[in-house]
Amino acid sequence: MTLKEKQQQIIDDFSLYEEWLDKYEYIIELGKALPPFPEELKTEDRLIKGCQSRVWLNCEVSGGVLNFTADSDAIITKGIISLLISVYSGQTPQEILNDDFSFLDALGLKENLSPTRAGGLASMIATIKAKAAENE
Amino acid sequence: MMNSIDDIRAQFPQLQRTVYGKPLVYLDNAATSLRPRSVIERWSRSASEQSANLHRAVHRVAVEATDAYEQARDAVRNFINTPEREEVIFTSGTTHAINLAAFSIGEAFIGEGDEVIVAESEHHSDIVPWQLMCSRRGATLRTLQVDDTGHLQVDLLPSLISPRTKLVCVAHISNVLGLVNPVRSIADICRQRGVMLLVDGAQGIVHQRVDVQALGCDFYAFSGHKMYGAPGTGVLWGRRELLEQMPPMFGGGEMIGTVRWSGSTWAPLPAKFEAGTQDISAVPCWIPAIEALKEMPQDDAVRDYLYATLTSIEGLTLYGRSSDLSEKVPLFSFAVQGVHHEDLALILDKMGIAVRSGQMCAEPLMDRFGVTGMLRASFAPYNTMQEAEYFVSSLLKAIKMLQ
Repeated sequence: MTLKEKQQQIIDDFSLYEEWLDKYEYIIELGKALPPFPEELKTEDRLIKGCQSRVWLNCEVSGGVLNFTADSDAIITKGIISLLISVYSGQTPQEILNDDFSFLDALGLKENLSPTRAGGLASMIATIKAKAAENE
Repeated sequence: MMNSIDDIRAQFPQLQRTVYGKPLVYLDNAATSLRPRSVIERWSRSASEQSANLHRAVHRVAVEATDAYEQARDAVRNFINTPEREEVIFTSGTTHAINLAAFSIGEAFIGEGDEVIVAESEHHSDIVPWQLMCSRRGATLRTLQVDDTGHLQVDLLPSLISPRTKLVCVAHISNVLGLVNPVRSIADICRQRGVMLLVDGAQGIVHQRVDVQALGCDFYAFSGHKMYGAPGTGVLWGRRELLEQMPPMFGGGEMIGTVRWSGSTWAPLPAKFEAGTQDISAVPCWIPAIEALKEMPQDDAVRDYLYATLTSIEGLTLYGRSSDLSEKVPLFSFAVQGVHHEDLALILDKMGIAVRSGQMCAEPLMDRFGVTGMLRASFAPYNTMQEAEYFVSSLLKAIKMLQ
């Protein structure tokens, strides 16, 4: 799937749920399904600054694309970072830098997160972009 | 006169609103309470009819505004029973009040090598001003610790006080633990040793009938916005003999006596500590706020139900426990095993319930209990038993979703 297709898939999945409580249920399931993240990777330099809960993001480059793994001590945050890395893993740095992350607006995520968590989402996006820029 | 809970609820317009199509269940009262119509109307009247600066002009509106402002001082004075009205200093809130106290006490009374004792359970606003002052004055900050139930270890205080100790700072009620600290006993210990006592009354003023003379402290600080008053209002009360010796923190406005290039003098109390234009619309709201507080029904059923219920939920740890519920206010901070406090708050929000999550401005206390944060539900007399039951059933549902 292309980046746009992956994003559209998530928008479609999300639209199945009308109530925000149900959308959270979906995000929580994403969080629970995220593969275990090695404890030794939970280092200060992988911690995303600006989140109320702790979020670790690891980035590896292979074959010209970035692969992200992540973890968080809060399950909704974990679900959100899971959603982000499922979209941006397997993409080239250039593809990530060219993307405007506007699919998140279509999900209505920012509006429905508390201000502190929306700030955390902005920090996650900024970190993914920074990783792409480092490896461009 | 005590009113029924329906009468009380009818006075608070925000209780009528909905969030996400659900009735708002507001359980973040320890952060800020809601405001009754009487306070909103008083603020509106100040803003629409009595906008004029205080104490300066002779015109009619300025006189009315000044009278309203000074009547608020009298109301506060009667409310907390201060010996003199000039000892009531208006500030923008508890944080401002403690910062002002810390600066001016530091300048007047604290020298190099002196010591200040602060309780481990304090809000950052009763920690950081003392850290700032101690580093400026070369003084040492020491802590009075809490035990595992959250009680201050007051029996350790006498041995903590050294000949260099000048001041002890404790909250009347911790904003995390919801336990009423034995201020009178602490005051007795301090007074016997000639040590000053400052009480952070941000939570205490809401739940206790405060009489500063009976408490025996030297300073008492609190906010208007947690006790149904206007945001941006606060009070620092201090004993005159101490306030007289303390220099002002801010200069300008009505705080001056005379101003010369060779040096200036200060106005008498309370103006000395009220530099600049005060919140002329908000301060008169103290009067209806105090009235509203006095009329709140005193019913412990919600507290007792929540204490019993929360302590019986498996995997839930309540901080601030007591076998004597008369010292516990309806403020419950807790952690749930395997569930992040922020996740819980987010799910509860979508169910219409406003609660607080995080460190509650008390990081040292979070460290003490080994948690990254807690969830806090704080109730006001306008919260009903039905709301308490809805909170518990929603909490259980949220825990189930997240575990």
